Amino acid sequence: MMGFIWFWLVAVMIVGYVVLDGFDMGVGVLHLFLVRNEGERRATLASIGPVWDGNEVWLLSGGGTLYFAFPLLYASAFSGFYLPLMIVLWLLILRGITLELRNHVDVGVWRALLDGLFGLASALLTIFFGAALANVLRGVPLQADGYFFLPLWTNWQPGPHPGILDWYTVIGGLVALVALTLHGALWLTVKTSGELEQRARRIVTPLWFVLIVLTAVSLLATITVRPASLNNYFNYPATFIVPVGVAVSLFALWLFNRKAQPVKAFLSSCLYLFFMLAGACWGVYPTLLPATTGTANDITLSRAISGQHTLAVGLVWWGIGMVLAIGYVVFVYSKFRGKVDRPESGH
Amino acid sequence: MTAELIHRLHFAFTITFHYLFPQLTMGLALLIVVLKSVALKTGSEEWNRAARFWGRIFAINFVFGVVTGIPMEFEFGTNWARFARLSGGVIGQPLAMEGVFSFFMESAFLGLFLYGEKRLSKTLHWFSAVMVFVGSWISGFFIIVTDAWMQHPVSYDRLPNGQFEVLSFWQLLLNPWGLLQYAHNMTGAVITGSFVMSAVGAFYLLDGRLPNYGRIFLKVGVTAGVIASILIIFPTGDLHGKYVARYQPAAIAGMEGLFKTETGAGLVLMGQPNEETGRIDNPIVVNDLLSFLIYGTTKAEVKGLDQIPNDQWPTALPLLYYAYHIMAGLETWFVALMIVSAFLLWRNRLYTARWALWALLLSFPLPYIANTAGWMTAELGRQPWLIYGLMRTSEGFSSTVSASNGLFTLLGFMGLYLLMGILFTVLIYREISNGPEAKAVAAEATHAN
Repeated sequence: MMGFIWFWLVAVMIVGYVVLDGFDMGVGVLHLFLVRNEGERRATLASIGPVWDGNEVWLLSGGGTLYFAFPLLYASAFSGFYLPLMIVLWLLILRGITLELRNHVDVGVWRALLDGLFGLASALLTIFFGAALANVLRGVPLQADGYFFLPLWTNWQPGPHPGILDWYTVIGGLVALVALTLHGALWLTVKTSGELEQRARRIVTPLWFVLIVLTAVSLLATITVRPASLNNYFNYPATFIVPVGVAVSLFALWLFNRKAQPVKAFLSSCLYLFFMLAGACWGVYPTLLPATTGTANDITLSRAISGQHTLAVGLVWWGIGMVLAIGYVVFVYSKFRGKVDRPESGH
Repeated sequence: MTAELIHRLHFAFTITFHYLFPQLTMGLALLIVVLKSVALKTGSEEWNRAARFWGRIFAINFVFGVVTGIPMEFEFGTNWARFARLSGGVIGQPLAMEGVFSFFMESAFLGLFLYGEKRLSKTLHWFSAVMVFVGSWISGFFIIVTDAWMQHPVSYDRLPNGQFEVLSFWQLLLNPWGLLQYAHNMTGAVITGSFVMSAVGAFYLLDGRLPNYGRIFLKVGVTAGVIASILIIFPTGDLHGKYVARYQPAAIAGMEGLFKTETGAGLVLMGQPNEETGRIDNPIVVNDLLSFLIYGTTKAEVKGLDQIPNDQWPTALPLLYYAYHIMAGLETWFVALMIVSAFLLWRNRLYTARWALWALLLSFPLPYIANTAGWMTAELGRQPWLIYGLMRTSEGFSSTVSASNGLFTLLGFMGLYLLMGILFTVLIYREISNGPEAKAVAAEATHAN
């Protein structure tokens, strides 16, 4: 029971991270293509300025919660994915520094450099996160002692000795890149106005077509690479609601965007990300990290979980802490609601 | 180079660089609350502008702290997997709590403090400064709780699979080692904040511009500085030292360079420990003082390294000794400088005493060195243990991550941090040159809409 609860609590943190920091990264990718002048760029970056670092906290808190609830998984996955995680850390550093400091620099060349690096870091982050999730779904060559080590690539095949990158995980990376870029575009339709808003709205449709194709391909690929992903769905047919949810939210996103209802379109995109991640989690549950070396080596919930007493105590403070945290998040977003570049009454 | 050494260097390097930023964050957060409170109470636009100026420096510093902090949490898993696997049930707890209780609060209210001044009432803006302060100090607390359990494991049980589990949540949080270390460490952070603020104040006065702000910064910086410089030695340092002596005799012997057990042990002020001869070379010693400082009597026996099995000696003995002596020596300088400065401030002579202003200006790097040396003392003193008495450092690093891969990423971090160090220096220098009267940075102009 404790295992079930903490599995989904960690999943909630991950979803929270992807939905929130996801639009930061999407905006990062998009600002390279979408803006025409310094004013638009400022408005674009101002839409994420006050919130990006709070959004990143979901990753840190999610990581801490994972460490606390499933230490074996944390130890195994973090050391096994050593190289890509270090690259992710460097990209997170680059992303934060370039975004925050571009406004402290008034030389055009340096600004252009910082902006370019910011876009590049954002794009690579989405690809790495997508590929990371795909690695978990595909499985890794776990040894009996619960450890593994993955090189960045081998022969690009998801066989028994894969690398971080193979054709399957690259698809995962591309799905994340397109989905989060789209997510960022919808965020911009919420937060900006005028021509910029129009441009963001127009770019949604082509991205949306690509995303539909990629989503379908990634689902088929997952079933091919790890047919067992479907077991939970067939055992509990009601959970086919998740893929249905993916389709419905994807459609709603397009519809609301077309009807120029940006908030609803953005929330549909949040739902799409939620259903995709929930679907992936449900596909592996109760395994946390499948082994390509035979199911006996799988890191399962019961194998990785912390002591019962620890987790019971944790439930109390985690609950209190997250209620407070969500309170702050809601407060901040409500204080910064509305468009960034249109003066509001009273200010 | 062995994998163990690489992983130790990896963590040591990244945490040392990281902690340059949070110490200023935490110290400055308190001082900004002081500035904002005075501004709120008196309605002074000058004090408010002073707060905004330090807010800008705080913001740059905070970002560097955040982005260099994420690797620290990750490295428990990436570089210290065998340790993470066994310890998650205990120290995963404070680490997760730091995120849940502190980072959400800190980041939310910092966004409001920096970007929301025009959207918030004066009181609410002051309140966000207070919450940033509270958030950053809670964050420090959870990190100290984590370290304190590794230094002095309390209230744990071992599951059949070897994992540690907490027996009492409150005993973990209120570990006496942690409370003493917290008091000592936060005082250290206030010293950094107040020395930096005083140095900028001294700079403005020496340079003959912005004298009003120079005076404000000196007033706040020196007042906080003299209090913190006294507290760092007594009682926080004194009590913490006695606690270390009680529970980590090997650490205290290494710190003091005490090779042989002595009754009426002397305090070595200077000299170089010689591991081959088991003596201090070129010693300057105050007789009986060490016994007195630890036990309150000059005749007490202090355990030397000769009574400690060789495989339990701190592994980097000379470095431990020097780190401790550098910290203690600098603390002495802090007290001396700040008492003199505070006296001059009280007699209204500080603003014209150029020699004192020069001393304050040039001293700003020293608290960074002292804080770093203090942490090196704590962590090198804990060696060869990862969890004191329970798990050795050699048993904790990731066995699947080779020395070569570790070196690759260590070099990557070194390169990246070198660039960031240069960038940080340039940006802070610019903010200080522009001064508090400069127009707010472009970002705020846009956000304020």
